[in-house]
Amino acid sequence: MSLLKLEEIAMWFGGVAALKNFNLEVAPGEIVGLIGPNGAGKTTVFNVITGVYKPTRGRVFFMDREITGLRPDLIAKAGIARTFQNIRLFKGLSVLENVLIAHHLHLKANYLEAILKLPGYRKEERRMREQSLALLERVGLANLRDEPASSLPYGLQRRLEIARALATNPKLLLLDEPAAGMNPKEADDLTEFIAQIREEFALSILLIEHHMNVVLNISERIYVLDYGMMIASGRPEEIQNNQRVIEAYLGVNEDVED
Amino acid sequence: MVTQKKRNRILTVIAILFLVAFIGFAENNLDLYIVRILNVCAIYAILGMSMNLINGFTGLFSLGHAGFMAVGAYTTALLTIPPAVKKQIFYLAPLIEPLDRINLPFPLALLVGGILAALVGALIAAPTLRLKGDYLAIATLGFAEIIRVVFTNTQTITNGALGLKGIPALTNLWWSFGTAAFTLLVLLSLINSSYGRALKAIREDEIAAESMGINLAKHKTLSFVIGAFFAGIGGGLLGNLLGTIDPKMFSFTFTFNILLIIVLGGMGSLTGSIISAFIVTIANEYLRFLDERINLGFFVIEGKVGMRSVVFSALLMFVVLFYRHGLMGSKEFSWDRFLAGTGQLYQRTLGRLIRRPRKGGYAG
Amino acid sequence: MAFDLFLQHLSNGISLGSLYALIAIGYTMVYGILRLINFAHGDIFMMATYFAFFGIVTFQIPWFITFPLVLVLTAALGMGVEAVAYRPLREAPKISILISAIGASFFLENLTIVLFGGVPKPFPAPKLFTDVVQIGTVSIQKLTFYIPVVTLLSLLGLVYLINKTKVGMAMRAVSMDQEAARVMGINIDHTIAFTFGLGSLLAAVGGIMWGMKFPQIQPLMGVIPGLKCFIAAVIGGIGNIGGAVIGGFILGIGEIMLVAFLPNLTGYRDAFAFVLLILILLYKPTGILGEKTAEKV
Repeated sequence: MSLLKLEEIAMWFGGVAALKNFNLEVAPGEIVGLIGPNGAGKTTVFNVITGVYKPTRGRVFFMDREITGLRPDLIAKAGIARTFQNIRLFKGLSVLENVLIAHHLHLKANYLEAILKLPGYRKEERRMREQSLALLERVGLANLRDEPASSLPYGLQRRLEIARALATNPKLLLLDEPAAGMNPKEADDLTEFIAQIREEFALSILLIEHHMNVVLNISERIYVLDYGMMIASGRPEEIQNNQRVIEAYLGVNEDVED
Repeated sequence: MVTQKKRNRILTVIAILFLVAFIGFAENNLDLYIVRILNVCAIYAILGMSMNLINGFTGLFSLGHAGFMAVGAYTTALLTIPPAVKKQIFYLAPLIEPLDRINLPFPLALLVGGILAALVGALIAAPTLRLKGDYLAIATLGFAEIIRVVFTNTQTITNGALGLKGIPALTNLWWSFGTAAFTLLVLLSLINSSYGRALKAIREDEIAAESMGINLAKHKTLSFVIGAFFAGIGGGLLGNLLGTIDPKMFSFTFTFNILLIIVLGGMGSLTGSIISAFIVTIANEYLRFLDERINLGFFVIEGKVGMRSVVFSALLMFVVLFYRHGLMGSKEFSWDRFLAGTGQLYQRTLGRLIRRPRKGGYAG
Repeated sequence: MAFDLFLQHLSNGISLGSLYALIAIGYTMVYGILRLINFAHGDIFMMATYFAFFGIVTFQIPWFITFPLVLVLTAALGMGVEAVAYRPLREAPKISILISAIGASFFLENLTIVLFGGVPKPFPAPKLFTDVVQIGTVSIQKLTFYIPVVTLLSLLGLVYLINKTKVGMAMRAVSMDQEAARVMGINIDHTIAFTFGLGSLLAAVGGIMWGMKFPQIQPLMGVIPGLKCFIAAVIGGIGNIGGAVIGGFILGIGEIMLVAFLPNLTGYRDAFAFVLLILILLYKPTGILGEKTAEKV
């Protein structure tokens, strides 16, 4: 049984094919990597999964239910959360508010109950706060809870984005280049962190990354994209020695650490 | 020892008591002219807060607010004008049934006006809310204009270009300030709730908000409808203050004046809108001398022609260019900041004068 | 209806459409290059008519000198508005610049009221243009025929400028990708200023002809036409000059035909444009000739 399944996905923008005949599967509890040169279409895959784009062809299944082209908020409610390549935090809002907002989708009270501050709503609000603070503790941001998100240094912003995604209580987490801009030590910490949250939050994770160390160390399987097509898939060891993969990457990537 | 929170609460209660006493006094003793200005201030505060909800908190650039005000104003007016008067003013074409006979108590009429405005808001929301930025602005402006044109042409319901006269003067300081307080409470409660956070998230980054499970259409509509509701009530209060309304009043100029207020006050601050509404309305009156023309009454809302508007639009440009965040930015009034600010002000001005200079010349 | 009556309506529609087209071009060019609705554009159109009035009536300068002068002055005004109200806000959030645009518009309107008074003034139209010709039972002003001709000539000039000159190429480049254009050495500020000047000049051409056709000018005369012309630009595909022309004609002819065939709805003629706008935004928001641009996520 696969948790997430992409079937023959094609994504055309005008005359340009961003994705062609793309297939992918993520099993429950797995960490799967998605790599490829810049512009290969990796983020497009995320956008297709989360409903930001409706694929030109093909279907997306999540927990055996078709979710192709559903609205992003419905997909989030179904249990898929993501971070963004260019960090899309709610900049003007505080660290805590960023995480609190991600709890909103589970709110049962309606807006009237919220305005009237009825006990049912108050209870839910308290629970959301407790959970948010716990999450912030877990990622080490609790002491910055009232700071505006934009004031955080880059690395902490990335952590906040992950915390926010976790707050939606997902079953599948899509991480878009979480290690971007990190030095080797930070990247190692992140690898450790991803492994931990997989356990703690019972997640499956699909990970786009350029940091080869991170991807190779943590993924159970890897898909390789080039020009919108999958050129290889398999276990990290297989991918590392795959000729086509090496060719696709030739001349790219100063941040490959050996 | 009194905690900060307790002190703030006490201060708020004292302020409210003072305000109530003031209103009681004003209603009975103050010059009618001043009372009228105060009423207008409060109404503008309501209109400002309601527009701020949509534009400032949710980030939707809606320029159609005058349309909601018009719906509310006309509804409340039609429901409160006595049938005999209605017969008189609808002399070109009679008012349709059953409107010609209906007469409702003021609070109910206001409520109906607000609800109707909210309904119009819901109708407009559906097609327009998927538009972005400029398109949304023009579309909402278009809808407001359509409403105005329709009101100008439906002789048998709105009396067309003639407008409605003889609207009973039911608005007094209790109503206007009371409604303003009510609006503030409701909107504050909304903003501080999870729904309020969702609206702010939409303002900050729509795509991220949607990816975090927020239904954009539903929440934008919510903001729109609630904003329209209070705009309608504000319009109703206005109609019953001025005594006459006509479609020309609810032009884009009106929306622009409210926009000016919320930009000056800070687009993300409800209390900012209140403060700014008072400042702008009073300044508008004070600057009346700049106008070359003689005006009957002091309809702050009618397309004010003359120097005053030149000054005001220049002011708006100035604020937008240099003080984009307005008076309060996105913060609400807080006793802590107010007291701290006043304390500092005192230190820097009177404090220096009162403190005795030490020997050696320089005051600590 | 009688054919010659229909002809009269049609020629009016084409005239009106031409005028709308001229003004709409200004909106679409500015939007294409800055993604900004120049709310003040309608008022710049209005100022052109007042410049003409000032020149001919107050200073008694003959029209064939005044008119070109008006074009230059209006172009300068447009560039001035850009420099004061828009340029400082280039990096600001969109809403600030929109508010500034509205503020500029109101400022111009009220300034005109203060300087010239709010009472409408008659536009000094030279007899050469207002003479009428008889066709069948109806008389049509010569102007009604001149307008589309002048518009066509202006458009040809514009097309030539956009496609065959360096500055036109710069305009196209900046509207496609500002950063890339800057990197290629194009002076963004000058190009933008030029765009505003050009759009304002065309609005002035339209304004002068409008003044002659509807010979009353008043400070708020630019508001409704301004809004309608922006709508025309949206209908045709915002950012697309051909689209602005098409949109202008659709609106102009449509409006006249509405009044001609459904005289009961005359009061709603202004709402016609807004209804069209809503429809277009609902069903084809990119307009008739527009292209979709996807946002990068």
